[in-house]
Amino acid sequence: MKKLKYTVTDPKGMHARPAGILAAAAKEYDSEITVSNGTDEVDMKKILPLMGLAVSKGDDLIVTLDGPDEDAAADAVAKALKENF
Amino acid sequence: MEVFEGKSSFKGVAIGKIAEMKKAETVVRRTHVDDVDAEIARYHKAKEQAQAEIGELHDKAMKEVGEAQAEIFEVHAMFLDDFDDSVENIIREQNVNAEYAVATTGDNTAAMLAAMDDNPYMQARQTDVKDVADRVIRDMSEGGGEANTFTENVILVADDLAPSETVQLDKDKVLAFVTRQGSTNSHTAILARTMSIPALCQTPVTKDVDGKMGIVDGMEGKLIVDPDEATLEKYTKAAEAEAEKKRLLKELKGKETVTKSGRKIKLYANIGGIGDLNFVLENDAAGVGLFRSEFLYLQSNDYPTEEEQFKAYRTVAEMMAGKEVVVRTLDIGADKQVDYFKLDKEDNPALGFRAIRICLTREEVFKTQLRALYRASAYGNIDIMFPMITSVWEVEKAKAICEEVKDELTAQHIPFKDVPIGIMIETPAAVMIADELAELVDFFSIGTNDLTQYTLAIDRQNQHLERFFNAHHPAVLREIQMTIEAGHRHNTWVGICGELGADPELTEQFVKWGIDELSMSPSSILPVRQIIRNMD
Repeated sequence: MKKLKYTVTDPKGMHARPAGILAAAAKEYDSEITVSNGTDEVDMKKILPLMGLAVSKGDDLIVTLDGPDEDAAADAVAKALKENF
Repeated sequence: MEVFEGKSSFKGVAIGKIAEMKKAETVVRRTHVDDVDAEIARYHKAKEQAQAEIGELHDKAMKEVGEAQAEIFEVHAMFLDDFDDSVENIIREQNVNAEYAVATTGDNTAAMLAAMDDNPYMQARQTDVKDVADRVIRDMSEGGGEANTFTENVILVADDLAPSETVQLDKDKVLAFVTRQGSTNSHTAILARTMSIPALCQTPVTKDVDGKMGIVDGMEGKLIVDPDEATLEKYTKAAEAEAEKKRLLKELKGKETVTKSGRKIKLYANIGGIGDLNFVLENDAAGVGLFRSEFLYLQSNDYPTEEEQFKAYRTVAEMMAGKEVVVRTLDIGADKQVDYFKLDKEDNPALGFRAIRICLTREEVFKTQLRALYRASAYGNIDIMFPMITSVWEVEKAKAICEEVKDELTAQHIPFKDVPIGIMIETPAAVMIADELAELVDFFSIGTNDLTQYTLAIDRQNQHLERFFNAHHPAVLREIQMTIEAGHRHNTWVGICGELGADPELTEQFVKWGIDELSMSPSSILPVRQIIRNMD
């Protein structure tokens, strides 16, 4: 199991399309990937729950990855977060 | 005559017949099913068809209204993908029909978005989720919705418009949108702004307006139904004047800014953030003559990182697609204060610790910005400009720091371009030594607001000084002429980015003196272009 932390820097927070890009990136991997904002934890492969997290600038997100390809998935997710949030 | 008030998302006037949007009502009944696997298969078949339709809408939107508008359909496709678990679960657990399962899933998701009180953007996405659910339900039943075709131009009234509905409309025939629900964040509002037609939302229009005469006033946010003659006449005049203005601007758009004798002037835009770029492109600026980088610092609670700045500069460079973008380095102090800089209170901030003086004192802050700018230079056509210059050494020092940054980037194999360097001419000192300064830089940009204040020793905010203030004071105009001449003696191009740059009374004078560039707020660009095109 792997965990990574990311602080949202995009002033717009989580909009639909970047949430979709993030979900699409997570879907590429077999590992279970969840993301938490401290209160709720949701499946990162689904856009609607992701949007439901109502992430805004300054929020700390914890991503938990568990599975055979968790290392590669962690890199891809970190990249998608950095580019979109 | 009846008047309904709503929220306006685009200023403008539209006059025409009102048409109520016809909607296919989808009534979903809950029925019992025994063969849940067959029901789930039926859902998947409809979903596949719905995905194909969404793909077509995406392509249609791409062609008609552009990529930004088409993106919403990519989001729709992803929403639909997420429906599977919930829909299958409901069918299996409750032995119900697929229509009911899809409708329930759509409602639940919409409710989740509706509950996000402090996030109007997410709340507005309810319409999108419902649009997706309705589409799948429609695809499971026979027959489609009633087509909305119009034989004449109409003001379209609807409860709310789903993105797929707006994209299917014959947009040439729509004069304005009026919705009873919706928000200024909704897709319809965004589309209306793209189409430059008036749109009102949250307008409590009664249901009996179909076929009546109407006026949409986007300035005041009103829909007037059955207007009396005087009102109609007033708005007809306003609409004609507006159409004339639009026609004129359309005629000037895409045209060169050139005098009759063939002298070309660069007409650029002043911007204060990425959000302004739409207006820049809309008004056909040839470049950005002043990008105030302060916004990055003012909207932040701490020093913006190199990465954050790089992202912003890169976006601007890419969106301007190779057109010149002049970025002014940090210009805070005086009237623009940022807490985390922890600057001392000053008795005389206009003459105090500000702009380049801060940058040359806190080199690490300056270097972060320069690194971000040089990195972004690889993605477009960026120029760097230093504000508040009074001495030659300041320019020499700033340029030396640029060289250090370039050496670092070269050592790290990070790509960058050899960016043109310019300075603001906004102090009388800079005017007096313009010849020496011109030898050091590629361009000058005259900041007439500060130059006027420093030359006349007048604070423009002080209302007692109004009678002593003269925006066209001969001293300031002479300084502008001197700066242009000095620049040209050393092959340095000269522009104006202060308020005088957009002053129609002075445009001809500046062009005669040989100004190379004028930078102004986007809305002034086309009117100034017209003045220049009429000059000999």
